[in-house]
Amino acid sequence: MPLLQVQSLTTYYRTSRGYVRAAENVSFEVERGEAIGLAGESGCGKTTVALSILRILPSNGEIIRGKVLFHDKDILKMKESEFREKIRWKGISIVFQGAMNALNPVYTIKDQITEAILTHEKNTDKKEAEERATKLFELVGIDPSRINNYPHEFSGGMRQRALIAMALACNPEVLIADEPGTALDVIIAAQVFGLLKNLKRTLKLAMLLITHDLSIIAETCEKSVIMYAGRVVEFADVRTIFKKPLHPYTQGLIEAFPSVRAKTRQKIASIPGSPPNLLNPPKGCRFHPRCKYAMDICKKEEPPLLEVEQNHYVACHLLSKK
Amino acid sequence: MENVIEVINLRKWFPIKLGFFETIFTKKSLFVRAVDGISFNIKPKEIFGLVGESGSGKTTTGRLILRLIDPTSGKILFKGKEITNLPDKEMRKFRSKMQIVFQDPYESLNPRMTIADIVSEPLKLLKEHKSESEVEKRVYNILEDVQLTPPEEFLFRYPHELSGGQRQRVAIARAFILNPEFVVADEPVSMLDVSIRAEILDLMLNLRDKYGTTFLYITHDLAIARHICDRIAVMYLGKLMEIGLVDEVTLDPLHPYTQALIKAVPVPDPDSPRTEVVIKGEIPSPVNIPSGCRFHTRCPSAMEICKEKEPELVEIKKGRWVACHLYTK
Repeated sequence: MPLLQVQSLTTYYRTSRGYVRAAENVSFEVERGEAIGLAGESGCGKTTVALSILRILPSNGEIIRGKVLFHDKDILKMKESEFREKIRWKGISIVFQGAMNALNPVYTIKDQITEAILTHEKNTDKKEAEERATKLFELVGIDPSRINNYPHEFSGGMRQRALIAMALACNPEVLIADEPGTALDVIIAAQVFGLLKNLKRTLKLAMLLITHDLSIIAETCEKSVIMYAGRVVEFADVRTIFKKPLHPYTQGLIEAFPSVRAKTRQKIASIPGSPPNLLNPPKGCRFHPRCKYAMDICKKEEPPLLEVEQNHYVACHLLSKK
Repeated sequence: MENVIEVINLRKWFPIKLGFFETIFTKKSLFVRAVDGISFNIKPKEIFGLVGESGSGKTTTGRLILRLIDPTSGKILFKGKEITNLPDKEMRKFRSKMQIVFQDPYESLNPRMTIADIVSEPLKLLKEHKSESEVEKRVYNILEDVQLTPPEEFLFRYPHELSGGQRQRVAIARAFILNPEFVVADEPVSMLDVSIRAEILDLMLNLRDKYGTTFLYITHDLAIARHICDRIAVMYLGKLMEIGLVDEVTLDPLHPYTQALIKAVPVPDPDSPRTEVVIKGEIPSPVNIPSGCRFHTRCPSAMEICKEKEPELVEIKKGRWVACHLYTK
């Protein structure tokens, strides 16, 4: 039984001009010790999925339908107090995007980590929490003597490590990492991804890695979910996604990524057009205005996410006809 | 053929403003050594890539060459003529030949101007036109060149009505309307979505072929540099570490820093061998630059000499320059 199952999750944002349909019918699952990469362009609903799982959507966000099963229990139905006590941070935690802004500048890092521990584990005393914070620093590779520093005394890479330490404060089983590498330099980003990979292995974490960069998914994850305009278009293990992508969007996205180590120069391909406005997404398949294989049916009917081969799910009419 | 751009020992040190007491008690003044003595040249019709981490001085270099900021020392030559100390008035003559495309198309276009006004502004400012109808014609043509077609549909729209990719096309049109010989492209695709990056890169390649423009392409993304540039220079803390043909530098990097940088770039292929990052730590502050080779604090092959003597950038084979003591013995 997978540790975390997301089933037909649909989240909308209310705005004065109507609903922004940020995520629709999103389904995937994560096992223990496995990393799943959630990929797509900006505005495709990746972060919305993460915020919905943790139930920390902004006030105009609304989960319309769907289930999130954690240990086979629907955590969207839980009372907020129960959710906070049992799931958030202890079961599922998140490393937020933008290490530069996610830490509070007027508290020391130690205060911020111990605050997380004391909030979620009521019967821990302060001294024990501080000891745990020190151990967490060692775990993420920062010198524990720096624990009394303020965030501005840390470099970008160290802040990102501190955020990871904070996310691990209550020994979660699922770790969501939202674009942990953006805003970091290549070498520092590579160090951070190396750390996440090690932590996943040693702590047997289930990881959900949100990124727009497919190369990072190729390096760090076992499986990948590709999203487009709020929908899952393809879900499979990483090798299948890269070697045998079936959805035209996945194919286009992979061709758009140049490799620095390619023997000859490739031409980088692009997908014509730009992603749709989710206030008023296209009818039928949301990708059809940019798809070179678009047929009549694509404009009318939305393709279901089908298992075309074992553990390879694709939402495309090209494949559902067979 | 003569070089379009030649940079000789260029330096830009930004003074740090100190408080009242610090000024009294600190004997020497402090500087951010953003660009600290670099030399290179760019050949006609070449796309020359300047690659490095943030804070390495890439953008400062681009702005120095265009004289948007004044250098502390060194020389800049445009087609053999020194422009380092030209007064503003004379520099204006060169402005039409040297242009820039900025990183963020959401910030570099004035939201209150229509596309027609934005694109025609350089022409009007430099008075390079004879009549209003010529302006209209040139704006129309350049919008076609950047594939904002049909141009009439875009002329009277405002930037907020366009997507990120379209905005960057407007910025490119604005740079190209004067028919420049040299364009600095400062991370022109880093703010754009992956699926539209290639279009913008292709557009620049097409414009280069059509007008024979020379580019300085500034980027932190080696994978993109690999696919658009002809030659690249790798910059670290204000100095050049390596220069060479893009294929040679990316497939066979010589400087330990270049090697680390290339190893750290993720490859979009799950079967490609994984390499551990050997470089520890982060880029030091450009205020306190390490002695000797500025990379020695992070270098896996640092020797004694690296702490004391700064290596020169030397040509170790034709067209391949490296600044490292490993190659000078």
